[in-house]
Amino acid sequence: MATDYNDILLRLCFHLKQFTSPDVIIIPETDLINELAIDSVKLLNLVMEIEDEFDISVPLNALADVQTVHDLANLIHHIKSAK
Amino acid sequence: MSLLDKLDAVAAARKALLPEGLEVFGTPIEEVYSATEARVGDRRILFLGTNNYLGLTFAPECLQAAHEALDKEGTGTTGSRMANGSYSGHRALEREFADFYHCHSGIVFTTGYQANLAMISGLAGAGDVVLIDGDSHASIYDGCRLSGAEIIRFRHNDVADMEKRLRRLGERSRSTLIVAEGIYSMLGDQAPLAEIVSIKNAYNSILLLDEAHSLGVLGKTGQGLVEETGLIDGVDFITGTFSKSLGSIGGYCVSNHPQLDQLRYISRPYIFTASPSPATIASARAALKLLRDGTELRRQLWQNSRQLYARLKALGYQLGPQPGPVIANILDSPQQALMLWKGLLDHGIYVNLILPPAAPEGKALVRCSVSAAHTSEQMDHVGDVFAELRKSIFQ
Repeated sequence: MATDYNDILLRLCFHLKQFTSPDVIIIPETDLINELAIDSVKLLNLVMEIEDEFDISVPLNALADVQTVHDLANLIHHIKSAK
Repeated sequence: MSLLDKLDAVAAARKALLPEGLEVFGTPIEEVYSATEARVGDRRILFLGTNNYLGLTFAPECLQAAHEALDKEGTGTTGSRMANGSYSGHRALEREFADFYHCHSGIVFTTGYQANLAMISGLAGAGDVVLIDGDSHASIYDGCRLSGAEIIRFRHNDVADMEKRLRRLGERSRSTLIVAEGIYSMLGDQAPLAEIVSIKNAYNSILLLDEAHSLGVLGKTGQGLVEETGLIDGVDFITGTFSKSLGSIGGYCVSNHPQLDQLRYISRPYIFTASPSPATIASARAALKLLRDGTELRRQLWQNSRQLYARLKALGYQLGPQPGPVIANILDSPQQALMLWKGLLDHGIYVNLILPPAAPEGKALVRCSVSAAHTSEQMDHVGDVFAELRKSIFQ
């Protein structure tokens, strides 16, 4: 069964909290690079954690279009649904 | 942001990190005295970051071969092999590399960077998968991008993580190219080749091993990790470079798959670039002979490497996990790394400074590469300087 988008978003935000200070509020529109200061190296490490969490593979190529938390959640949802 | 504004942002970021007037990247080398010594400004310095593992850049045999080729065939080929033809030296070196590895055939490329670009983009394409170690060299990442294949990373040297990702691919593991390195360029550790080969066989994938930093360093005759581990038959394609142990410039691939030759007709980094000049090919051929017979060079290289690694470890520096010719000092911040790098240069020792994002895990590295041409006394001296700097910088 495909995992619900909202569930993915919730779990993703939990992972993102590890990369930010506790007082930062993360919403779907939050920009990963400009607002959470997740650089390319951090993003790649985050992706590996996400891959394990959702038992999926996220091709690096697909990350080029990821700008916001919503973009990343949507990508995970898309890959998870396609399995 | 305009195209030029982006470059201004790059300049501003570099300026914020690096002190004014310090040329950390592309340090001007005024004169080169030998494989291990040169002049920077008015200071005589010891090269300790040049990847000149066997110290062959001034080997008389290599110099003579290059001089003769220069006189006989000129300064350059002025074009690609597809358009301008393959010189006898190109063909001979390909045969010699294949013989050296006891393989069916070999291809020579203009640089080591292009060898990985050409092989990865020639083997994999849209719809295929390239599975790479997270600490892979930029040439591997760029080869993947050029290929159009899906790029998936596994955690550095973590074979369980690699297998997990192959398992997730299901049937697509059959159209997956796995890429690993004999010795990793930044931390100097070796790939767990036996486990990688075993998993690759179980999933019917193809394995490419880059021996750029292990050619001449590992194995009885210097083939690299494939010889050290006795696993050459488990590796489908071996790539490498002339610009480290062979002291020249160029790249190669050898394989027992007869299909390797077809790469000449589809691989853009092979087709659309000028072929290596006669002098670089000639010096590489002479160096390959010295490398193959270089048991004594390898013994000296490893003696120097173990000596320096043990000394730095004893001093309390955080190093890469394995002793070897690449000795990475792992620092917590770019500022610490910069102070250590500058301190070494002020003492006449030239090493590599690696700052994020090039350094793994967001750390900063001061990377040394040891040569067979270094002396034990030079290693002692380097150790003494590191000891002094540890007191002044970190305590």
